[in-house]
Amino acid sequence: MNNETFEPTIIGFTCNWCSYRASDLAGTARMKYAPNVRLIRLMCSGRLDPTFVLRALSEGADGVMITGCHPGECHYIEQNYKALRRYLLLKRVLAGMGIEPGRVKLVWASAAEGAKFAAETTLFVEEIRKLGPLNWGRADSGPQTVDREVPSTVHNPSSEMEVPA
Amino acid sequence: MTERVGVYVCHCGSNIAGTVDVVDVANWAAEKLGRQGVIIAREYKFMCSSLGQELIEKDIKELGLTRVVVAACSPHLHEKTFRTAAKNAGLNPYLVELASIREQVSWVHSDKAVATAKAKAVVSGAVSRVIENRPLEEIKVPINPNTLVVGGGIAGIQSALEIANAGFHVYLVEREPSIGGHMAQFDKTFPTLDCSACILTPRMVEAGTHPNITLLTWSEVTNVAGYVGNFHVTIKKKARFINEELCTGCGICQEKCPKKVIDDVYEAGLGYRKAVYTPFAQAVPNFPVMDKENCTYFIKGTCKACEKFCPTGAIDFNQQDEMLHIDVGNIVLATGYDLFDARRVSNYGYGRLPNVFTSLEFERLSNAAGPTSGNIVLRDGKTTPKSVGVIHCVGSRDKNFNNYCSVICCMQGLKFAHLVHERTGATVYNFYIDMRTAYKAYDEFYQRVLEEGTLFVRGKVAEVTNAARNEREKGKLIIQVEDTLAGKQRRIPVDMVILSSGLQPRKDAKEVGKMFGISCSMDGWFTEKHPKLDPVSTMTEGIYIVGCAQGPKDIPSSVAQGAAASARVLDKILQKEVALEPIKASVNKEMCSGCRICNGLCPFNAIAFIEDDKVTEINPALCQGCGTCVAACPAGAISGTGFSNEQIIAQIDGLLLRNLEVQEAV
Repeated sequence: MNNETFEPTIIGFTCNWCSYRASDLAGTARMKYAPNVRLIRLMCSGRLDPTFVLRALSEGADGVMITGCHPGECHYIEQNYKALRRYLLLKRVLAGMGIEPGRVKLVWASAAEGAKFAAETTLFVEEIRKLGPLNWGRADSGPQTVDREVPSTVHNPSSEMEVPA
Repeated sequence: MTERVGVYVCHCGSNIAGTVDVVDVANWAAEKLGRQGVIIAREYKFMCSSLGQELIEKDIKELGLTRVVVAACSPHLHEKTFRTAAKNAGLNPYLVELASIREQVSWVHSDKAVATAKAKAVVSGAVSRVIENRPLEEIKVPINPNTLVVGGGIAGIQSALEIANAGFHVYLVEREPSIGGHMAQFDKTFPTLDCSACILTPRMVEAGTHPNITLLTWSEVTNVAGYVGNFHVTIKKKARFINEELCTGCGICQEKCPKKVIDDVYEAGLGYRKAVYTPFAQAVPNFPVMDKENCTYFIKGTCKACEKFCPTGAIDFNQQDEMLHIDVGNIVLATGYDLFDARRVSNYGYGRLPNVFTSLEFERLSNAAGPTSGNIVLRDGKTTPKSVGVIHCVGSRDKNFNNYCSVICCMQGLKFAHLVHERTGATVYNFYIDMRTAYKAYDEFYQRVLEEGTLFVRGKVAEVTNAARNEREKGKLIIQVEDTLAGKQRRIPVDMVILSSGLQPRKDAKEVGKMFGISCSMDGWFTEKHPKLDPVSTMTEGIYIVGCAQGPKDIPSSVAQGAAASARVLDKILQKEVALEPIKASVNKEMCSGCRICNGLCPFNAIAFIEDDKVTEINPALCQGCGTCVAACPAGAISGTGFSNEQIIAQIDGLLLRNLEVQEAV
């Protein structure tokens, strides 16, 4: 597929208190932005289980945008820092799995930053457009089952995982 | 059980229908999402109208719908409307899901085909999700009718009085020896030039003598536990070394105390107080406090002059700090502001050039009860200035210091100009970036000051210096400024410079916020629940913020907020119990391995480890529902109502159209 005509599908996770309200504000102000992002509202970016991101990518999303309150402005005091920690770890995991870490992006947007939300969305869509389609999980007919891989790791004796003193 | 889902697509006049083919979306949902359980999909001009709601209610009753998806505006607007409609029809309100195709689709995209396709995906996501929704019940918590007000400035006093007058008990806690706050330091208040003490002290006395107010001055909150309706608060009542039962407030101890101390707080460093003191004559309560750091007895072990002369034997050198434990239902934070430290703007010379004053110093200088009895004089204590420069926006609207506008400084600067003019007849220059005199009678005051002959120079002052370049500048402070209206540089020699310093969050605002479970903005002010529609509530139920703790504001706004928060508190008290959103995390004890990974994640202390069972438990009353622990649990033992893993994963799949009978691109 030609990257210029490729329309990425992106899942966006938003915080109920800041970035979802920023997207509300972008709407009220009729700011136009790329239509490729489909939003999921969470109560906090801290709710974002990294497996949601993997799920989205494996079920057909080409990128995932995570948004939350600016550091220090979290409505739950400090949970966005936990989202930040998970995000940084997740990017390393993705790289380890052979997926461009740029397919996942963290954006801070306060409830007042409708313009930023719109601009960041459009920017991210262009970044994903450059990366091209992910096609993870589309190779076979149904969703890939990660479960098949699980038993082999589970049955590793724990002694083998220990670091010798 | 297969759910019976109804999908309702709103036109919102042309707001949605103009960009999204709503008929196509409804037909598509009925056809393609049938396997998901959609048995009916309708579109209607205005779903939120009573006719639209009736449509849904009728379908719930007649078609036996078990789930409802309304594709309309943002859930922040009408979620409650449709939940109530469902409730009226006998369906649990939490089985309704809003799919926003207005704010998030029709208003932000212009291509109709693209917008329609996205709307379908959003509806699909909501349908998948709603099936995983579970009926929830609001959680009811009883309310303790007592209230804690922290901070005895004008905002806190107002708040305490409103609640006390309504017949409920208030604990008013103040860190300083007296209530009154910054307002007690001012001479006049803009724009009416009311004497600050004259309008404030009756309120202070009322608060001090009110049967429903327990006044705790020289006290600080040290710990807060619990949740709305049931807060447990620990207050440290610092030792005054005065027996409040015996003290009559006669003031003899202050007279007799031989130790003079520079008063950094109330007199802004311009005057003295004694080691045993009340900060000012009208202090409430009128009991003095002993300053242990400076008291000769505490330093040298002898003196006790106060004890010798006290007619009632109220001096008690053995008094200890006391820890009080109180239970309250609601908390109002009125902790106020700190003045911006003008020393940080080194080019204005405060602290280096003696005749540069801060706004608070000038307030004391012009106050009849102040160190100079209201005479506006230079630092030498006798010379009356012949020319005065007032510099606005010191530390405010400045990328090097604070970006925000401190709101009060323009009016404060105008007030200073008027007072200087009136009392000394000196020439007054005001240096401003923009003149901000919004609100009732403010601009009229500006006009009045203009007419009095105050000179205004529009420009940010570059420097205040005493390095004279000619005879005219000798012995003066020279204000170097670009006059942006005239388009040239000016050097204006004056005798006195007043810096209209901005307001800053309290130094300890972050720690205080943490203690009460509320957050600060990037600037450091406490964050309100909604900047427009809920300015005194916070994200933590039962905690309210008023006055400058929430952001810079003037006296009328502080008073209005104080009263507003009281209305919110009374509303809660009179309900006798409060309904909490049932978005909570809970632990499945069977699945919990006791790994304790979640234990350190909760800023609300809702997570506790039960040593006996070796499992973790979540207190639903403390849980605020952020879901961070749900995301962290490696065993999947924690589930979050309203935003469960099942709901979110279903929504992901739905949004990506993995739920369709036949895979196809829309």
